[in-house]
Amino acid sequence: MEKFKRIDAVGLPVASPNVDTDQIIPARYLWHPRSDGYGQWLFNDLRFSEDGKEKPGFVLNQARYSGAKVLVGDRNFGCGSSREHAVWALYDHGFRVVIAPSFGDIFYNNSFKQGLLPVVLPEAEVTALREAIERGNSTQVSVDLEAQTVTGPGGFTARFQIAPFQKKKLLEGLDDIALTLGLSDQIAAFEAGFDRELPWLGVTQPR
Amino acid sequence: MSAPQTLFEKIWQRHVILEREDGAVLLHVARHLIHDGSAAGFRTLRERGLPLRRPDRTFGTPDHYVPTTTRDMATVTEGGRRDMVAALDKNARDFGFTEFGLNDARQGIIHVIGPEQGITQPGLLMVCGDSHTATHGALGALAFGIGASEVAHVLATQTLWQAKPRSMRVNVTGQLGPGVTAKDVIIAIIAQVSAAGGTGHVIEYAGPVIRALSMEGRLTLCNMSIEAGARAGMVAPDDVTYAYLKGRPYAPTGEAWDEALVFWRSLPSDEGAVFDTDVTVDGSAIAPMLTWGTSPESAGPITGRVPDPAAEADEERRASMQAALDYMGLTAGTRFTDIPVDKVFIGSCTNSRIEDLRAAAAVVKGRKATTWAMVVPGSGLVKAQAEAEGLDRIFLEAGIEWRHAGCSMCVGMNGDLVAAGERCASTSNRNFAGRQGRGARTHLVSPAMAAAAAIAGHFADVREMMGAA
Repeated sequence: MEKFKRIDAVGLPVASPNVDTDQIIPARYLWHPRSDGYGQWLFNDLRFSEDGKEKPGFVLNQARYSGAKVLVGDRNFGCGSSREHAVWALYDHGFRVVIAPSFGDIFYNNSFKQGLLPVVLPEAEVTALREAIERGNSTQVSVDLEAQTVTGPGGFTARFQIAPFQKKKLLEGLDDIALTLGLSDQIAAFEAGFDRELPWLGVTQPR
Repeated sequence: MSAPQTLFEKIWQRHVILEREDGAVLLHVARHLIHDGSAAGFRTLRERGLPLRRPDRTFGTPDHYVPTTTRDMATVTEGGRRDMVAALDKNARDFGFTEFGLNDARQGIIHVIGPEQGITQPGLLMVCGDSHTATHGALGALAFGIGASEVAHVLATQTLWQAKPRSMRVNVTGQLGPGVTAKDVIIAIIAQVSAAGGTGHVIEYAGPVIRALSMEGRLTLCNMSIEAGARAGMVAPDDVTYAYLKGRPYAPTGEAWDEALVFWRSLPSDEGAVFDTDVTVDGSAIAPMLTWGTSPESAGPITGRVPDPAAEADEERRASMQAALDYMGLTAGTRFTDIPVDKVFIGSCTNSRIEDLRAAAAVVKGRKATTWAMVVPGSGLVKAQAEAEGLDRIFLEAGIEWRHAGCSMCVGMNGDLVAAGERCASTSNRNFAGRQGRGARTHLVSPAMAAAAAIAGHFADVREMMGAA
């Protein structure tokens, strides 16, 4: 996984609450392997009409936000299905940060596995940042994970909170599986005790 | 004496392997459920040359990509879908976990067969790469959905790193009226707390209405916890739970049953246990519900009308409400019972169990459907039981299709889709834009309400069709 420290990029305002993972990546694409490139299907049904033409009304198609890497969303961003493909689609399209007042819990966790930083800010601040990007002279947003700050057009500044272990994971690009495999002895000792206390979990049936 | 604990805290604590100072907790996973969408996790194992740590704690079945008109995968023309089902079979063989394959009578939706087989049990931490894993909380398990990377982590280590969620109790008071089901209860809860109301929380459903629910009803209730934003939902185990579990294939027997029962009975929240958030819902006031928008929180009683965005004070909320009505093709002020329906889907991990099919059949019996409708049982065993009870005949005689088990039209990944602009009365869990197909308009309802819509051709108050109103 790539490390994330800071970014200075165009912000994309997406002013809808409850942007669910079905909108981020429709289910019909999920059987594709990651190598097919999920960025092409990001927000597919909002972005393209049925005949594949770009819908000019959708923010991702507007020249003002070309090359955006920071998505500024709204309440409950990434709610719904557990599909990590939603993070793949955002990441593969180039996004590295999503800022919102709240996130779907599973989407939030999945983001850290792929090097995408989810930033929670109070609703009033997120709205202010979105409006600054939409109306200001610049669309540029900076996010600094080490300092836990967001700066935007029109003098917007905010500090955000993040769990220390998740911050470290992104800063160092840590791989969970390698880390956990290093704890195999502790895990085995725990399992032996657990299986002894709940022996009925060993019931088996013919395959 | 130790401080009073919640059901959630008791289960959480039992699965903690270690806690780091930075707040990360390593948890043991007692049951890992797998489906045909879990392929990415096994790809990671193969790429790294890692074994599956606990094949004996891993159970799988194909559900998302399977056809419901046949059990013959060769008839599926889209190679990508066929490959997903084939990959699960191969992974089960290569890594040695238990799979209920497509031609096994026990195959079905993973969240239906876990409880049905007795794999789901009180007090267990269970995960699955699917957000509706919360379903299993109905039996007093702590069960939640995870993403593909976490699936790979569980396969390789049988553990998961998590931050401890907060706890929420949803107390449903009073008594449900006739024609009001667990589906109406959970939709009413979501409408009250919002689609983000449970974010960061594990919900425990409590109160007299919950106690009075059958196990099937509790499964429906917990299933949609994620639609309230919660990772997990649970109901404390009681005699309903034990009666449901007894005799299930993977449930303990003999002395082991007695031993398990002692453990299970220690699980309910202690008196005086404190929840981070407490919510009360008046169960007596709940009517049969339906959703009218593109979030499960956009719901109202069948006796109501499509709400008017103009009445919404907040500009942004007004805009998102109008966008939802535009997508749904609805006009403010329209009576819900005047909305015509093009398709009816009875199925999904929310509502495909025997009790759901009985409730739908009771409405359909002796009547004819006036709109296209299908029933997709949650498992091969539910299908067999329904057929033994003659429910399939009732549906078929009404002109309603009777299918094989799978996720089907809830998510459309197997090709069972609602066309653009079509309106579907669906017993599933999500009314998101495009969920059932691009441009599909989904209204979530209970099985009885879906059946009523199939007969009437528009949404109808099932209580009137039952003669109960």
